[in-house]
Amino acid sequence: MTAAQQAATSAPPEILEREDIITGCEAVAQALRLLDVDVFAAYPIRPYDSVMTAVSKMIANGEMDAEFIVAESEHSQFEIGKHASLVGARSFIGSSGVGWMFGMEALVVTASLRLPVVALVGNRALDDPGAFGVEHNDALMVRDTGWLLYWVGTAQEALDTTLLAYRVAEDKRLMLPCALSMDGAFLTHSQHVVRVPDGELVRRFVPPYDLGDRRFHPDNPVSIAPQFNEDWVMEARRQSDAAMRRARTVIREATEGFAQVFGHGVQDPFLDSYRMEDADYALLGMGTVGMVGKVAVDRLREGGKKVGFVRVKWFRPFPGPELRSVLRDAKGVGIVDRDYSFGSNSHGGVLYTEVAAALYVSQQRPRLVPFIAGLGGREISVDNILEMEAIVEEAVAAGEDIPCQWIGVRGPKTDPRETEEGGPG
Amino acid sequence: MAVGSVDVTYRGVFQKNLAGVITKELVRAARREGKIGGTVQRYGDSPERNGIPAKQFAIIAEVEDELHVEMAKYEPDKVTVLCVMDDTLVKGVESWAWYGVQPIDVNLAPGGTLLLISKRSPEELLRWIPRRDFAWNLATLAGEPCFGGLWVYNDNGTDYRTLGAVSRVTDGLVGLASLCVQAEASSDGGRRAALLRDGYETVEIHPVAPGLGAENNYTPVEKPGWTEMREGLIIPAIEVGRNNELFKKFTTRTARPLVKFEACVKCQICYMICPDECFVPTSSGHYDVNYEHCCGCGICAEACPVSGCIEMVDEAAFDSNERLHNLYEADPGAYEQMREEKLARAGGPIPHYGVY
Repeated sequence: MTAAQQAATSAPPEILEREDIITGCEAVAQALRLLDVDVFAAYPIRPYDSVMTAVSKMIANGEMDAEFIVAESEHSQFEIGKHASLVGARSFIGSSGVGWMFGMEALVVTASLRLPVVALVGNRALDDPGAFGVEHNDALMVRDTGWLLYWVGTAQEALDTTLLAYRVAEDKRLMLPCALSMDGAFLTHSQHVVRVPDGELVRRFVPPYDLGDRRFHPDNPVSIAPQFNEDWVMEARRQSDAAMRRARTVIREATEGFAQVFGHGVQDPFLDSYRMEDADYALLGMGTVGMVGKVAVDRLREGGKKVGFVRVKWFRPFPGPELRSVLRDAKGVGIVDRDYSFGSNSHGGVLYTEVAAALYVSQQRPRLVPFIAGLGGREISVDNILEMEAIVEEAVAAGEDIPCQWIGVRGPKTDPRETEEGGPG
Repeated sequence: MAVGSVDVTYRGVFQKNLAGVITKELVRAARREGKIGGTVQRYGDSPERNGIPAKQFAIIAEVEDELHVEMAKYEPDKVTVLCVMDDTLVKGVESWAWYGVQPIDVNLAPGGTLLLISKRSPEELLRWIPRRDFAWNLATLAGEPCFGGLWVYNDNGTDYRTLGAVSRVTDGLVGLASLCVQAEASSDGGRRAALLRDGYETVEIHPVAPGLGAENNYTPVEKPGWTEMREGLIIPAIEVGRNNELFKKFTTRTARPLVKFEACVKCQICYMICPDECFVPTSSGHYDVNYEHCCGCGICAEACPVSGCIEMVDEAAFDSNERLHNLYEADPGAYEQMREEKLARAGGPIPHYGVY
């Protein structure tokens, strides 16, 4: 199926509340209304703040009943979300860029307390310099802390995944917070046709939030988060690890449940693989790059080249088995990072580093070529994807590893002052 | 020699700098003998609170490998000499970490030495020090506990006297000569060397046979595995009116509040002001003291409006943490007699305790 055919597929109309033309942020807000979220903690920063606007408008219009708490900073915002979740309220937080970073302490404790708060990260470049555009480094900062992490590709997926996120996060086997990442501008602020499902179906798909005997309440006297020191911390970490190890099963079940309840859905919860069946070459990325990526693949296929695109959806848990499987027969794969990890292996981004690690255990694996593109909200065009694909082919033909290439950056490709010792990084 | 471990157990904050000087001077002197060493502050005690039992260790080794093995531990498990800088610490040691109330000598190596700064007799001290199934030495260096502060060093000679005594009781883990050479390098060298020699010469060593000492009923705190712990960092709450049985705090105490119940006007101020909720209501309207959980801060004595009602008394005058109001109810006369005996044994109440 091509990208155009995929978009044309629509769900049976009887399960829809309505169809609308809304932004990614508004799609999330629609999901939050349907989920009857109890507490919104908020603090404005672009581009996440569109969800604040959308939710507060719905509350003002009487379309939903919820506490909307505007904090004095992101740190307080996330603490409010955490505490609301602890007393049994379904809660929602979110931010962008350095706002997400500013609340990092509260994000970390939300994960270690195993509270299923759902967050929206409207991906934004970290200051300095000031910029509103997308980079993925903000959300990636929680990748090691016990947050489930998902990269949304379309506005419809934003709505659907918000429903999925609460179901997965609140599953008794997990109780982990979940952050949804959406590319600033390209998804948070662009309006797409979105099918809004019926509320009764949403209630069927996501049961009421139940914290059980962990609920903080006068009738349930417990102490939470005491000083543990070296005697207990490692055991607590192992519990979080065990929950994250269970996450793949829970996500798979929830994804299947989604298709059953809503009548549409995806086969693979973890990857969006496009024309990968016989692909010799592939490009791989996260977020909205998947849209132009698929168009580039269609063009290359028209020219007779066997090329595919892989969009990574869940970053935590990381889809190692699926990647090993889908990339097994490819000759070369270009990893498109919309983030950076200065000084890392091959000077590639975070996604490259993770994919490379995932493939290391494979006997049969493609040559990987790291790319960094689209930083600070720079557009990634179809031509950029075609350029990257050509470099991947060259690397495969030469049988050589290539250090990370920056695509779409002004200036020379390399600088003689960059020393190269012992190959690509 | 393989590895020598010197444990300095001290009262947090008040003796922190003292412990630092003793352990570091030991290592510096050992270096003069071609040995290698390092010191470790027990991390679970940091940041310290006033009076809490805390520990700093000096590790002296012949070769680096031995040192590295010991430096990777929070505390050495076989202590060559255990220096106790305040003799009320022999009632037990409970740090911030989850060790429970440990006997003072829990890590003493067989044949090791427990060195106390004390004016008490070995017999009196052995009423509190738990017995071991091996022979060890009890050494006493006559003196009052040396209390200072974080920014005030009480330079009364306890530091170098203790170092001299350590050299003697360890039979030269670090030699007296090296310690003297090290001390004489300072501007106060002559005095320090004299203190070293005084400690070396006046320390009294008493061999203790296996099985001699107080009852040893220590059981380490049992820690559950990760599948046995509740998830989400949750532990049962302490109910209102109860105290944490896993953290008792009494080992922090150098003096305890003793109540003259017949003077009490039942105003409730002690009950309301105690930060650790150690005053327990009784049917007679008095407030009994929970000595298991009292850390001896003295706030109650300071707050009590009746002169001579709550007084802070040297902890060494008491042998147990039993509550005392029962005795008062059964026989007020006997209670008053006991109270006066304790005050006499302690040399009277401590005036202005904890007030700076």
